[in-house]
Amino acid sequence: MTATALPQPIQSREHGFWHAVEVIGCYLLGALWILPLLYAVWMAFHPAEYEVRFDLTAPLTLANFVQAWNAAPFARYFLNTFVLITVILVSQFVICTLAAYAFARYDFRGKTLVFMLVLIQLMIMPEVLMVENYRTMVKLGLVDTVWAMGLPYMASAFGIFLLRQAFLTVPKELDDAARVEGAGPLGILLKVYVPLSRPIYVAYGLVSVSYHWNNLLWPLVITNSVSTRPLTVGLQVFASPDQGVQWSIISAAALMTSAPLLIGFLLFQRQFVQSFMRAGIK
Amino acid sequence: MTQGRNQITAWLLLLPAVVLLAAFTHIPAVMTLVNSFYNTPRGARPAKFVGVSHYTDMLSDPVFLAALKNNAIYAIGTVPVAIGLAMLMALIVNSSIRGKGLLRMSFFLPTILPMIAVANIWLFFYTPGYGLIDRFLGLFGFAERNWLGDGSTALGSLMVLAVWKEAGFFMIFYLAALQQISPSLGEAAALEGAGRWYFFRRVTFPLLMPTTLFVLINAIINSFRLIDHVIVMTRGGPDNASTLLLYYIYQTAFRFWDTGYAAALTMVLLALLAALAFVQFGILDRRVHYK
Repeated sequence: MTATALPQPIQSREHGFWHAVEVIGCYLLGALWILPLLYAVWMAFHPAEYEVRFDLTAPLTLANFVQAWNAAPFARYFLNTFVLITVILVSQFVICTLAAYAFARYDFRGKTLVFMLVLIQLMIMPEVLMVENYRTMVKLGLVDTVWAMGLPYMASAFGIFLLRQAFLTVPKELDDAARVEGAGPLGILLKVYVPLSRPIYVAYGLVSVSYHWNNLLWPLVITNSVSTRPLTVGLQVFASPDQGVQWSIISAAALMTSAPLLIGFLLFQRQFVQSFMRAGIK
Repeated sequence: MTQGRNQITAWLLLLPAVVLLAAFTHIPAVMTLVNSFYNTPRGARPAKFVGVSHYTDMLSDPVFLAALKNNAIYAIGTVPVAIGLAMLMALIVNSSIRGKGLLRMSFFLPTILPMIAVANIWLFFYTPGYGLIDRFLGLFGFAERNWLGDGSTALGSLMVLAVWKEAGFFMIFYLAALQQISPSLGEAAALEGAGRWYFFRRVTFPLLMPTTLFVLINAIINSFRLIDHVIVMTRGGPDNASTLLLYYIYQTAFRFWDTGYAAALTMVLLALLAALAFVQFGILDRRVHYK
């Protein structure tokens, strides 16, 4: 997407003092926004005594990260989060693709009603129904498993909606051509629809990964052991204020648990922003 | 291909999604309604039908009333500020200002991070005396405060964090909308000698209206849904001064194990979300015609 700057009527005439004030205001707002994060980075990379003493000559250290890493099983938490988002993402791609294809290219009785029933999930997120969903997981014997954390999110209404919109734009002629060549419904889906919708898959994937990397409430309810807890729940257990952990170590742990998303964002900034845009424009 | 076979294929494609949606959205929603009329089974004693007594209890439950009031304050306080800032941010990073890539990153970064991580960092900022905020205000002679431990500031402190976290997210939607505004509109306005403020008021702002409505509804829904910072920073305290509705449900169900009452509370939340959904679908419908 080319960033076409909004034209600014009579800009040149108002140059000078007020223009400068305005520009400084913009930078101040930006600085204000990034400051909390920069401060966290400062705390994480300096010894505890510099927490509130801003000193440019303060020695840099990685000790906070080492201490945080050793104080809680973060390696395990990373693995759990990685497994969780992989399971959710793969399931969402498969389940939402199939459903979106049915909605985009088939006529069947009750289509409108079923579509409405899908869209309901946009408003009622699984965490709102945590009491009943917890009960269901108890009945299924799945409490404290990856499946319990993932299952309520797999049939994502958002994913179905997004992919349906993408599939609707695929020219019907391509579909017909594949059919003439003898491809079945699944063949057409895999050879025509999925490849043509790749940008939407990337967008949806980024939104989904960041959502589930950050999700706390439902995993907090449904997990109770180190071997299943994702990073967010692990961080919550680790950094409770009553644990007496130092702030510099808490900052290090907080940055550590967000690091993959942060690095991902810095590397793919454009795609990230665009994917959120695409996800928003329905 | 026959019509009947088409029907079967379509339903087979939908099957996994329909089963999961039914199991984790529709059936639980209905069961929540049913269970809200029963009390919580304890030990060997099965659940007993109690009619609407959970609902009547709510009316005299001070915690529920506090949660409802807090949620209203939280939404009314955070949503307009976050939306206003988001619009401003989008205008900034869509203008010709230098370093706008860096500015966009600054605005958007808090959105990417887990709420739990930033809440932990902000917990430090709010530390009485020692934390960044008290240190900063101390420079101007303000006395130290227990921001999160004081009933009059706890909810406000959570709201500040929420605005910081969410404004950048809403900015993205405005940025998308701004980039769809035709540059010729600005050129025409410039020819007629329209000032920038006039142009914003009469052209940009009205054109952003559909986005504002969309963001507004989503922001309100978020204000009912996102409680990670409550869990980390205040746990609803002190004395329920910062309890939000979903947090009270969580507490009732998983701290006090009163699932019957929690079901009734959930129904209240569902009713609120349904009302918002109703508005949203109405608005989105109109938005489609608008384009």
